[in-house]
Amino acid sequence: MSDDAKAEGGGLEFHPMDQFIIEPLFGNGPIAWYTPTNTTLWMGLAIVCVFLMFVMGTKGRAIIPSRSQSVAELGYGFIYKMVEDITGKDGLKYFPYIMTLFLFIVFSNFLGLVPTAFTPTSHIAVTGVMALGVFFAVTILGFVKNGFGFLSLFWVSAAPLPIRPVLALIEIISYFARPISHSIRLAGNMMAGHAVIKVFAGFAAILAISPLSILAVTAMYGLEVLVSFIQAYVFTILTCVYLKDALHPHH
Amino acid sequence: MEGDIVQMGALIGAGLACTGMGGAAIGVGNVVGNYLSGALRNPSAAAGQTATLFIGIAFAEALGIFSFLVALLLMFAV
Repeated sequence: MSDDAKAEGGGLEFHPMDQFIIEPLFGNGPIAWYTPTNTTLWMGLAIVCVFLMFVMGTKGRAIIPSRSQSVAELGYGFIYKMVEDITGKDGLKYFPYIMTLFLFIVFSNFLGLVPTAFTPTSHIAVTGVMALGVFFAVTILGFVKNGFGFLSLFWVSAAPLPIRPVLALIEIISYFARPISHSIRLAGNMMAGHAVIKVFAGFAAILAISPLSILAVTAMYGLEVLVSFIQAYVFTILTCVYLKDALHPHH
Repeated sequence: MEGDIVQMGALIGAGLACTGMGGAAIGVGNVVGNYLSGALRNPSAAAGQTATLFIGIAFAEALGIFSFLVALLLMFAV
């Protein structure tokens, strides 16, 4: 596609999807599983930012918190309350896992908004691993906690008996669609938002509509800041919902 | 702009797949609109339902993202 556009001469100078290409950090060699790429770099930066904010920022442990400490405490309390509200008291044992997921996603998303940055969460490979991790963790936990009683998740006892097998089939399909929708929601949102910004930025080259294009980029950027946080929130809140299903499978 | 008929079909299909995102837009608007009308009737109960609101938005939006994904697959992967 991009070759066609270049051959025409009048099309976009760059392709909106070019920003998602994975490149090795050093040289141009083939990419193996151990090659440090731009994904590795920005994932590492996200972890460094989490470390700076939550380990260095709260190091003082002051009674009157500093600015970074109060932001860290606010974020901690926000996720803690969410886990408690949705999964109940017995779900708080799994709070560290959910907090880790949230912080990694939110910092990857926000760092991806820095111009010329790379967003690791825009790749299904990254979000898919996280979603599959949640899926397997929750399924195994459900069987460990409830034994075969976990299967009552699929047997809706509130429904009349004749339609329960049909509902069971639908529930099983929707259960296995969970990791797919869980991962694609985050990756698709991040990819779509960044691609839209790039498309509007491409229109800035045309003089007649360039003010409109710059305005649109600014507005989309503002929306993307919101979407970055909301998608991280949605990912963690769905993790909590799945966890609640595993701990209390009875409808 | 030379290409075979398969590519043309894929691009038309990608455009058609994007109409699915309109459905997701209607769904998300419906969820938020109903939340807001309920919240204005009983503002004291609104704060407790924001989590449900976001879960509802996420489920409605997921299907629109699926159609977007199908469009991308048709354009770049087929």
